[in-house]
Amino acid sequence: MIGTLHLVRLALRRDRVLLPVWVFFLVALTYSTATALDELYATPESRVQLSVTANANSAFLAMLGPLHDTSLGGLVVWRWGVFGGLFIAIMALLVVTRHTRAEEEAGRTELVGATVVGRHAPLAAAVVVAGGASLLAGVLQAVALIALGLDASGSFAFGLATASVGLVFTGVSAFTAQLPENSRVSNAIAGAVLGVTYLLRAAGDAAGEAGPAWLTWLSPIGWTEHVRAFGDDRYGVLVLPLVTFAVLVGVSAFVVTRRDVGRGLFAARPGPARGTIGGPSGLAWRLQRGSLAGWSLALFAAGAIYGSVAGAVGQMVEENPALARIVQRIGGADAMVDAFFATVTQLLGLVSSIYLVQAVLRLRSEETSLRAEPLLATPVSRTGWVASHAVFALAGGAVVLACAGLGLGLVHGLRTGDPGAVPRLLGAVLVQLPAAWVVAGVALALFGLVPRFTGASWAVVAGSLVITLLGPALDLGRWVLDLSPFSHVPRYPDVTLGPAAWLTAVALVLLAAGLAAFRRRDLTT
Amino acid sequence: MTSAISVSGLVKTFGSTRALDGLDLDVRTGEVHGFLGPNGAGKSTAIRVLLGLLRADSGTARLLGGDPWKDTATLHRRLAYVPGDVSLWPNLTGGEVIDLLGRLRGGLDRARREELLERFELDPRKKGRTYSKGNRQKVALVAALASDVELLVLDEPTSGLDPLMEAVFQACVREERDRGRTVLLSSHILAEVEALCDRVSIIRAGRVVETGTLADLRHLTRTSISAELVSPPDGLASLDGVHDLVAEGHRVRFEVDSDRIGPVLARLVAAGVRTLTSQPPTLEELFLRHYQDAR
Repeated sequence: MIGTLHLVRLALRRDRVLLPVWVFFLVALTYSTATALDELYATPESRVQLSVTANANSAFLAMLGPLHDTSLGGLVVWRWGVFGGLFIAIMALLVVTRHTRAEEEAGRTELVGATVVGRHAPLAAAVVVAGGASLLAGVLQAVALIALGLDASGSFAFGLATASVGLVFTGVSAFTAQLPENSRVSNAIAGAVLGVTYLLRAAGDAAGEAGPAWLTWLSPIGWTEHVRAFGDDRYGVLVLPLVTFAVLVGVSAFVVTRRDVGRGLFAARPGPARGTIGGPSGLAWRLQRGSLAGWSLALFAAGAIYGSVAGAVGQMVEENPALARIVQRIGGADAMVDAFFATVTQLLGLVSSIYLVQAVLRLRSEETSLRAEPLLATPVSRTGWVASHAVFALAGGAVVLACAGLGLGLVHGLRTGDPGAVPRLLGAVLVQLPAAWVVAGVALALFGLVPRFTGASWAVVAGSLVITLLGPALDLGRWVLDLSPFSHVPRYPDVTLGPAAWLTAVALVLLAAGLAAFRRRDLTT
Repeated sequence: MTSAISVSGLVKTFGSTRALDGLDLDVRTGEVHGFLGPNGAGKSTAIRVLLGLLRADSGTARLLGGDPWKDTATLHRRLAYVPGDVSLWPNLTGGEVIDLLGRLRGGLDRARREELLERFELDPRKKGRTYSKGNRQKVALVAALASDVELLVLDEPTSGLDPLMEAVFQACVREERDRGRTVLLSSHILAEVEALCDRVSIIRAGRVVETGTLADLRHLTRTSISAELVSPPDGLASLDGVHDLVAEGHRVRFEVDSDRIGPVLARLVAAGVRTLTSQPPTLEELFLRHYQDAR
């Protein structure tokens, strides 16, 4: 462990922009969520009304979880608790991988490890930085809520609950970093665990009391709900994430002593002596196929889970006469199922844009790692090389979304005995594709025009997510909502194709601009 | 004699840094041309411009009769490149990378590939991430040497190779020259340059400061002479071309410009020579002089 402090300082120096931005983003969103909800639901009656609708609507339940308490604090927990935890977890897992497996992969751990630095120091430093950032974000969120005049105990219960998800994923990522030799794979495994965590919680919450609520106890994000901040403030639940964190970090530290620096727990096996890759597209297929398969599978599963809860929306309404009257006013149980699918299809589209951007960013990572250079010194044209990867964003995006749509349609169709659900929901998901293409187009345009800022594509993804998912509740202006391409996609069951056509055109213009700029610029690192 | 590469007045700036500052370079068809210079002199930048990876700000560059920026695909069919810092795909084996690069260049000689793998003692079944620096270099070298091309562009290709492999590399480059191929070899290893290169160009701060055969370059430098004389020498210091003279009684030590040796020796003979040692300039001295002037 000797030298940990130095490595912590090194990590903080390297992340001096990244971490403050993450923490600021998280705290600012908590604060603005609270002020917006305070304005929107000023009277106790409106809050009670909201809690009735929210707890009866599977779409809301699946996405945000139940609303336990009708105080302003309770509303903040409902609206932001799950997503706050999700975002803190993403921050923590990226930070840990960045300072452990990515460093080993780049050979820098070797450089550092040869100085007076203990075997466990790199892992310890990464855990300290990621865990510390999670706690800081949690405490600052609590402070922001207290500043708004909310109950101190509830605010801290909420802040520490979201921070606890960050701690768990600090541990998850510390462990996944031990497994493969490749940091990308390590992030993908940790990300998949996070996805399962969210889906377990969603499946457990979606059907309300009647459903398999025990599933939420298997999910660290579910635990944050069980803290019931501003309600019972059950601090005791936080023992679960703390123990999970300690166990995961302990196991990882043990694995570190059992493996060589630079190697993973999965040893590399010898491969073929001869290659069959015939060109740039063959190479791109080889580099991207794993991610395409993983995303297709994950989105099929996500679609299937949402498909399985959709039916429960209708049932619940029939069982509750008081609710049925409210629902009747907004168009009956069918309208609620439709509203659920409108939200879910949009969510699936947004999530798929993460895949598309990641596929485009391969171009930049190939360039900065100097692997593009020898390729482009062969007769491979720049256009051909860009196309070989871009096709994974464009066509690959279609595959991923089609899987999501099939999962959703098949399971819902099976449960309701309506085979027509498959083409209907497949279409509803695929109509999101042009919006995802626009996000990929922005990434490619950045790659061509300002390669050093290609990473800003993630800001576009995050911006679309926040605007589309939280925008309506935060009462953002129409022009802000219009910034997200997903705001322009027709809402299910409407499937007008007009927006799809012009979104595709916008995406093509962005693609063409990026490609033209790339053909004219220097290769940079 | 035709030129495989001819560059004149090439300028390339990165922000406020002038990486190439009016570079002139001429590589004749069929020769092995050494490209030397201190770190950061602009060697790799020049090579990247020649490969169409960077776009020059001004000046002209011709490569195999074409424009390296506009005719990239057609020119790249006729050349093979070994970067100084080879980065491989972590999950592809060395053999897969060799075959991929070979196919992209329009096919590679199977028999030659096997022969080179054996000579370089490279295991093609290992994954990219498990190779050491020297072995990564070998992967790129085998891919380039087994390709059927007219021009080899090698950017410090032997960094990380052991002396045995260095010898194999030199033998391979000689074979390439014997087949009539042109080689542009950027290198820091003077023994390698001396053993292989027909002509060399020395680059400093983005500009070629010296170009010619090694014999030409030697003429431009100084010979060290130390002598014991019968009588103390007069006026030696005032002679043209004499530098760093140290006289201790009857002994003298100095350096003389190689093209001024005649008159200086005549003066020594006039003073009566007891012993005389003369040392021709070593390549190290030659290059150190050029490199150090840069600072």
